Amino acid sequence: MNIMVFIKQVPDTETKIKIADDGKSIVEDGINWIVSPYDEFAIEEAVKTKENLGGEVTVVTMGPKRAESALRTALAMGCDKAIHLEDDAFEGADAYSTAKALAKVIEKHNPDLIFFGKQGVGNDNTQVGQLVAEMVGIGHIGTCIKLEIDGDTIRGEREIEGGRETVETKLPAIVTAQRGLNEPRYPNLRGIMKAKKKPLEKLTPADLGLSADEVGLAGAKTVYLSLELPPARQAGKKIEVEPEVAAKEIVEFLKNEAKVL
Amino acid sequence: MKDFVDFLNINALFTDEERLVYQTVHDFVEKEVKPIIADYFEKGEFPLHLVKTMGGLGFLGSTLNEYGGAGLSNVAYGLINQELERGDSGLRSFVSVQSSLVIYPIYTFGSERQKEKYLPGLISGDLIGCFGLTEPDYGSNPGGMKTRAVKKGDRWILNGTKMWITNSSISDIAIIWAKTDDGIQGFIVERGMQGFSTPEIKHKLSLRASVTGEIVLEDVEVPEENRLPGAKGLKYPLMCLTQARYGIGWGAIGSAMDCYTTAVSYANERVQFDVPIARFQLVQKKLADMLTELTKAQLLAFHVGRLKDKGEHTHQMISMLKMNNVRIALNIARTARDILGANGISLEYPVIRHMVNLESVKTYEGTEDIHTLVLGQYITGFQAFNPFKK
Repeated sequence: MNIMVFIKQVPDTETKIKIADDGKSIVEDGINWIVSPYDEFAIEEAVKTKENLGGEVTVVTMGPKRAESALRTALAMGCDKAIHLEDDAFEGADAYSTAKALAKVIEKHNPDLIFFGKQGVGNDNTQVGQLVAEMVGIGHIGTCIKLEIDGDTIRGEREIEGGRETVETKLPAIVTAQRGLNEPRYPNLRGIMKAKKKPLEKLTPADLGLSADEVGLAGAKTVYLSLELPPARQAGKKIEVEPEVAAKEIVEFLKNEAKVL
Repeated sequence: MKDFVDFLNINALFTDEERLVYQTVHDFVEKEVKPIIADYFEKGEFPLHLVKTMGGLGFLGSTLNEYGGAGLSNVAYGLINQELERGDSGLRSFVSVQSSLVIYPIYTFGSERQKEKYLPGLISGDLIGCFGLTEPDYGSNPGGMKTRAVKKGDRWILNGTKMWITNSSISDIAIIWAKTDDGIQGFIVERGMQGFSTPEIKHKLSLRASVTGEIVLEDVEVPEENRLPGAKGLKYPLMCLTQARYGIGWGAIGSAMDCYTTAVSYANERVQFDVPIARFQLVQKKLADMLTELTKAQLLAFHVGRLKDKGEHTHQMISMLKMNNVRIALNIARTARDILGANGISLEYPVIRHMVNLESVKTYEGTEDIHTLVLGQYITGFQAFNPFKK
């Protein structure tokens, strides 16, 4: 089976984000970059599927030079080769112009099964996998927590409000991975050393048959106007009385001050 | 590199692979070691279930390119030690012994048959090894050992007692160094051989999450094919120790980092006189000294590691690395203990555990004094640790 997994390099989820002087981007200095956590589930599922059914896994990312280390991590976890969409023209992309470029990679390589994380942590658009499926014209199973493959049919379970649903589609198809799908493996040290020798191909917009104004910021349908940090947490309030009185005071507080009841 | 204390931007000196190795071992320690290690320490037990996981991830014999080894650089090997010891010195001790004192001598001095028989299992974690050099009366002076091996036909008869042996009672094989008519030689003794026993040493107040024991050899018959053919003389076990000491030099940085970061966050959170204690000059002075010593230790380890990658290191450099880095780590642990006040003595924080562990690390694999005198001899030409030798 020809498997493809799309990943994104994002700031570590524990990063203390600082907003840059332009007010619409973040300061990248000192950030520890990681593979987006949902993409780790996608990589694990791709590698597991290869181990069960045979085939090859290609890992793809779009991003600056530093994103190469995310590809190396995926290769160390067991992916076989990597594609890096690296070009200044790709910078500043929104979900739409990202999907446009990634869809071209799929059209070029015709994979049978494609994995994404359900969302890239950080921007959290939760759009790219679905947009790509739409652009390529194939089915998708979103926020998948369990996947079965039966010939050219895949069945996925997804959590919905108050329950679960099972959906089915034909390959080729896209699956976006949700927490619970699997337990991602650590990239083992032998894998890390082997990853060095695995092929990593660089692609520009031209390689994908796209012009520079169709990708990145130029091709985006949305732009960032401003970023704001959440308001600083106020000091807490301590209620130091007997439990019965405290319960009453808390209810009063929630009603009148916090206005959540 | 997440949680890597990096005042001098040392991470820029690592290769991509070294950074990934760091990340894997760091994540492993965060998820598998930190949540459980204080309990194991308190119970006085080694977390044996982690051995196969570590083998599977490639932590054992990691610098070897054959027999399942990952083929890492010495710097990457150092980072493994650092991160494991950030978890606990006991875990790092396990990996040091397995990699440097068991896998290394079999790979370097062993026969093809011995390598094929033992290395894959030792590297995967299916086999555990230990290293028997120290004796009850011969620590810093291993050349005086009483353990004897006498040749009898195609077998050797081993008698003696080894002491303070990491992994002894959980080991499947032991590399035993014994005196023969032909000088000190190494033998691979397998558990199950008649007369071989490994009583555990109890009542330790240090390295409690690590197994330490004796090895008792009573007329143990070892076939000639289990003798390490490439090692005759005291120099050979000492070569193994040089490997292990290199790893310890990195490991100590891990303990020190954990103590330092714990002290920094504690100082920022602990409020006295209505302000965090990090506001006080005396606390800041302690933290500044800790960071300075830690940073110097990192540079020393990194530089010796790169020299070792090129085969340009000397055993004196490794003596300096082991001596200095364990010393500063112990000082950092003690200072962190002090900053944490009463909380510093609780196992709820890692500091006291690192501190008492490092008391062993200071002594084993060449005491601080012996390494000092190794450097003394290097500087002056006079060998000062054996008063009867010219």
